Formats: sequence, structure tokens, C-alpha cells
Amino acid sequence: MGVCNACRYCEGLCAVFPAMELRRQLSGPDVDYLANLCHSCGACYFDCQYAEPHEFAIGVPTVLADLREESYARYAWPGFLAPLFERNGLWVALITAFSVTVFVLGFILFSNPGVLFASGSEEGAFYRAMPHNTMAGLFGSVFLYSIIAMVLSVRKFWRASESQGSASWRSIWQATRDAAKLRNLEGGGMGCMHKSETPSNARRVAHHFTFYGFLLCLASTSTATVMHYLFGVQAPYPWWSPTVILGVLGGIGLILGPIGLLGVKKGSHSALRPVSGSGMDVAFLVMLLATSVTGLLLLFFRATPAMGILLAIHLGVVFALFLTMPYGKFVHGLYRYVSLVRHAHEQAGDKQ
Amino acid sequence: MTRFHVVIAGGGNAGLCAAITAASAGATVCVIEAAPKGWRGGNTRHTRNMRVAHDEGNGILTGPYPVEEYMEDLLRVTAGNTNQELATITLERSKELWDYLAEQGVHYQPSLGGTLSLGRTNAFFLGGGRSMLNALYRTAESLGVVIHYDAKVTSLDIQDGVFNSATVTHGWQSDSPEESTIEGRAFIAAAGGFEANIEWLKEAWGTAAENFLIRGTPYNRGEVLRQLLDAGVASVGDSKQCHAVAIDGRAPKFDGGIVTRLDCVPFGVVLNAHGQRFYDEGEDFWPKRYAIWGRLVAAQPDQVGHVIIDSKSIDLFMPSVFPPLKADTLEELAQLTGLPADAMVQTIDAFNHACQGANFDHTEYDDCHTVGIEPAKTHWARPIDKPPFYAYTLRPGITFTYLGVKIDSNARMIMANGRNSGNLYAAGEIMAGNVLGQGYLAGIGMTIGSVFGRIAGESAANAVLN
Repeated sequence: MGVCNACRYCEGLCAVFPAMELRRQLSGPDVDYLANLCHSCGACYFDCQYAEPHEFAIGVPTVLADLREESYARYAWPGFLAPLFERNGLWVALITAFSVTVFVLGFILFSNPGVLFASGSEEGAFYRAMPHNTMAGLFGSVFLYSIIAMVLSVRKFWRASESQGSASWRSIWQATRDAAKLRNLEGGGMGCMHKSETPSNARRVAHHFTFYGFLLCLASTSTATVMHYLFGVQAPYPWWSPTVILGVLGGIGLILGPIGLLGVKKGSHSALRPVSGSGMDVAFLVMLLATSVTGLLLLFFRATPAMGILLAIHLGVVFALFLTMPYGKFVHGLYRYVSLVRHAHEQAGDKQ
Repeated sequence: MTRFHVVIAGGGNAGLCAAITAASAGATVCVIEAAPKGWRGGNTRHTRNMRVAHDEGNGILTGPYPVEEYMEDLLRVTAGNTNQELATITLERSKELWDYLAEQGVHYQPSLGGTLSLGRTNAFFLGGGRSMLNALYRTAESLGVVIHYDAKVTSLDIQDGVFNSATVTHGWQSDSPEESTIEGRAFIAAAGGFEANIEWLKEAWGTAAENFLIRGTPYNRGEVLRQLLDAGVASVGDSKQCHAVAIDGRAPKFDGGIVTRLDCVPFGVVLNAHGQRFYDEGEDFWPKRYAIWGRLVAAQPDQVGHVIIDSKSIDLFMPSVFPPLKADTLEELAQLTGLPADAMVQTIDAFNHACQGANFDHTEYDDCHTVGIEPAKTHWARPIDKPPFYAYTLRPGITFTYLGVKIDSNARMIMANGRNSGNLYAAGEIMAGNVLGQGYLAGIGMTIGSVFGRIAGESAANAVLN
């Protein structure tokens, strides 16, 4: 980073370099902050006159990618679960397999085995396979646990590095816009260079599909909750209901997005990849893909005898997704968003 | 044997502007680049901006920079040692460069931290020179320009100022180099100067040149320049001069680039290997003096200088990439630097006693100066007395050489016998001496490269296509 601070040619590329310049010496938490501020667009690698083959061998995105993965473990709550970030792909796969198995067995053991092959698209059909209160209680608690774990992790992250005063709404708004547009994935305007020095928008577009697909799915679930509790209408819901429309749109986003990102990842330049092989990126993308695929399959085949087993698999996958959220790649969004807030905050302070 | 309309030696800013212009006009173009792809682009990879004239600011350029003011600046730094006609063309046509380069995919950014003084006059490339090069290469490739990397022009077939072909050694650094002949109907030399050719530098500087550091590419060895001069092309510029600046002595031999600069001289004293001061460290602001200090250090024993500062000043300049030597006493610091301790302490004592003035301000010509010592320090003179003490090493860093080929307003080379060459054109550092007889103006090297790259490309394409 000494080279970067003395060179500064990359100042306009993204938020990382102005943030670096504010710090003459970099301490541990500051490094975690910079690592999470980095969107890994690669521009600073391909623009760098000191990157390999230069003897300085500067590789900012590579270094930050590794530090970023390490930082996830450092702020995990509870701390003893931090090792889940190592060999993350394996853990996520095991947890998912276990979760799906439990749901399938649960359907067989706790209701009658016939529900596994039951069909039904009429109101309340899902809850004959699994009582609503059980479903709500189970998912409500795992969701609540994940939220608590992630809030505590983010709090630890925010408090680790010093900041002058608390973040203003203005900074939060600025960070929200930056995150929503992925402004820092533009390489300052040229585009993301995930593959080579030729910029491409593929990664940004695929991430937008994934992110907004995820939000639509979240919205779909929320409307379902409203339908259930406020209007007393039980799932499954008809095609024209906001739940299904949002879910289908979100599901399509969550299929195209992760497939696109997996493709981009496969072709990405080695300078942008972490050296450690935790597999957390692929694990999270596959989980998202599995969620959307099983969800849409359930929608299309809910009138057939496949409904029962599809429901069990979908619920198993979603349960595992929630459970692994605080211990997988999902947290990148949280730490990055918090870092963007800090960046907006300190840049605003800098100008005063 | 392959055949092109236009053959270009050198794949930096000038060569690529020429290639893009000629290819856009419909010519078939081949670029011979001596460096492998990872090192492509000569000294352009180390640049970050280009000085361009403009009548109004544009949001990134903070205000107008008319041609007249640009010309005043150029005449000042060169002391009038410029070809007025070519200088006028350079500055006039520099107005077009912002838009021209943007069309080729180059992006800009506001002037970088620590360079506010250039925010009005110089267009900064987003991501620096290498990013700019990447954009130019992308555009050139999309226009069908053929680019040979790791390929060296070993000889030029030039008869009476008319180029026929170039013999090129591909993979010249490998164990199995291969030769080929590339024919062309016009030749554009854009292969830079000879600053990386230590043997050539020694002709002017003697063995002192062995201690010079080369700030840029090791591939600017001046071989194309030498071949052109041997073929009877007229030269321009002082063959013994190079742009030498004082840089951090621990920089790598080649390609250290921008991070090897050291801005601390005005804050302390500079001692030679004998522990003696040798020049006024506070004569002027560092950006106006770093080029003089290159020569000053080159003239000292072992071509080395030692900047000594104390803890009052350590945070007042841009951090250097190499940490300074640090000690609690001057004696210890002398040991670390290898300077004679007695002489060093004596020099600094004398300096400390000579310091006058109380209103230190490094942003203006303040009243802190010395009285009664030789040489005086005329500004920013404060006693060096607050430990810890720090030392940085200075060495001459060579940026570019002035010797080049003589050209006319169409970028066509002129022969030593005064006649025009047939189809030889030049752009960039290899002809910069026509405009820049001496001195330097930040960012003008790139301006000359782009302006004459375009002119050479236009002229060559016009000549071969009509």
C-alpha cells in the first residue's frame, strides 16, 4: 500500500483509494474496511504500472480479496462459528443436504407419508403437508436467529474501526445509492475488468439480476405474510396474486443472475480471485440458484403429485439458506454496505 | 515477408495515435513494439496526464488555458529553444486532444491529490497512463492494426531517405528469436529516446552514468534513432542532454516511475558523500527544482545526495514508497547513512546556527532563511534539532533524452543534407527535441506524442493512399 499511496493514479477508480489516502498507516480494522469497500472490479490491477511483471508486483484486488474473506470470519457471531468460513463450500453443502433430508423425513414422520406425493393448488394445500404454525415457527425462528447473528456481526465490524461521530442520514442515503447502482463496480466509468483489460458489464448486470431478484423474492414472502395474517388467505396463492408475480419475477432474476455470476467467476482473471479456496462464492450462488429453481418448480408442479416432495426440498433449501446466511458469502453485502456508509461519512467529513 | 501501408516502430502514445489515425484513414498498419505485452507502451505507462490548451474549463479542467499562455510557459522553460512553427502546431492542436482521446476510449479524472497546481492545465487520465494505453490498444486492435510484441527493429532498409522495409527480430529476448522482414510504403518512428541505453549515456556523462537510475522503460534504447541518424536523417537537440531529476536513491534501476519521487528536499538539508551541503535547498518550490537537482546530484561524488530532516517536517510531504532511515541522534544517523559523522554534525550545527526567521510556511516563500553560510538556504530553513532524525538518499533519475530526428510540420523527417525524406515520419519522444530544446513542462511530452502521432498518421496515410 506504500506504493499506492505514493502513486495515486488510481484515485478516480473507486472508493478504496481515496479511503486509503486518508490513512498514512493502516491498522487491522482499517484494512478490513478497505477490503470490504473493494468491489473487485479489477480496474486498478489492469491500470497499474506496478502490477506484474513489474518487480513491485502490486495486486490490490488479489490482496483485498483474501483479506475480505478473512474479515468475514473475524466478525462472525458467535465467534466459535468462525471456522465455518474456511472450506465454506463444504459446510454449506453439508448443511443443505442435512436440512433437505430432515424436511423430507419430517413430512413422512410427522404427517402421513402420503403427503409427500400429495398434489394441490387449492387454498391451504401446503399446510396439509406441514402445519402452518410449524412452518411459521420454524422459519420465523431461523430467520430471527440469522438477523440477530448478522446484526451483531455488523455492529462488531462498525465498531472495530474508529469513526468521527455517527453516520448521518445523508451518508446512509449516499451509500444506499452507491450500493443500489454498484457504482464502485464501474472502474470509475470504464466498466468492470473481471476478465482482462477490456471492460465488460456482464458482472454488474448479473449482480443486479441477483440482488434485485433476491429483493423481489423477499417482497414476495412479505406479501404472503400480509395475505395470511391480515386477509386470512392461505397459501398457495393464485397466479395473479402479488406473492406469485413478485416471486416469479424474483425467481427468474435469481436464476439468470447467479448463472451469470457463476459464468463470470469461471472466466475471471486470477488476479481478482482470493488465493484461498473457501468456495464461499460458488456455495452462495448455488444456494440462491437452488432456492429459485425449487421455488419455481413448486409453482409449476404444485397441481401434480410432485408437490409434496418439491415443497419439502424447497423448504429444506430455504431453511439452509437462512441458517447459513451469517456464515457465508451473503455477509459480503452487509459489510460492503456498512463500508460504503463509512466511506460516505468520512468523505463528507473530509470536505467540511 | 509481410507488407503494410504504414509500418510503425514503437507502441506508446505517439505510435498508437499514429496507428489509429492511419488505420481510420483506411491504411493497413503494423506496430512493432519492442516490449512484451505486459510492458507495452514505453514511457506512456508511467505518465498520468497531458497538457492541453483550452479556452474554457470543462468541469474536470478547472479553468481556461489559452494557447498564448501555454506558449509563454513553453518559451520560459525552454528559454526560447524551440522550433516556433512546430511549437505553434503542438499547442494549437493540443486543443483537439481531449475530445480525440475520449473518442478512442480514454477517460479522465480530476487532478490527483498533491497535484492541484496542474488541475487547470493538464488532463489527467482515469487510472493513469497504462489505462490510457489499454484504451488506445483496444481501439487500434478494433481497427485491424497488427501489433507485434516483443519485436525489435534490428535494421531499416532506407535508400536516399526512402524506407523500403524493416528487419524485425521477434522474441528477441527469448532463446529462439525469429527474424522477419516487414515492408511498408511509409515508416513512422515512435520508438522513444535512448535514456535506457547506459553505454550511450556514458558518451556524454562518463562513468557517472553507471550510477544513474532510469525512471521509465528499459526498452527505450535508442536503436531506431541510431539507425535513422546512420541513414542520413538530420538530428535535433543536444546529444549530451537528458532530463535528470533527483529521485529516491533506493529506486529500482528501471521503471521505478512516479513512486520514486521524493519531495522532502525543501524541508531539510542535502549533504554529499563528504557530509557537505552543495546547493540552496530552499531556492524554490520543489516542482520547480527537482529537475535541477538531478544534475546537481549527478555532479557530486558517487552521484549521491543525502537529505536530512527532523521530526518537525516528516509529515509535511507526500509519503515516499521507501521508508527513511531513522535515528535519535545525528551521530547514529551518520552511521546508518555511511556519512562521516564529524563532518555531518558540523555541517548541520553550522546550518542550525545560521537559521533566521520565525514564520515557517511551506506553502509560500516564507522568511525562514540562513545567514552567513555558503551555500545559503533562502526559504523554509529551520534548525534540524528535533529528534528523531530522518535521512533519504537522492540519485539522478533519467526521464528522457533530448536528441531526436528533425521533422517538418507534416511530421516528415528532414535529411542531414537539408532535403525532405521520402516516406519517413516521426512522433513522440524521438522528435520531441524539435519542440522542447531544453527544460520540461509537466505533461507536454504526451501532448507532443499525441499531436505528432496524429499528424504522422495523417501524413503517412495521405501519402500512401493518394
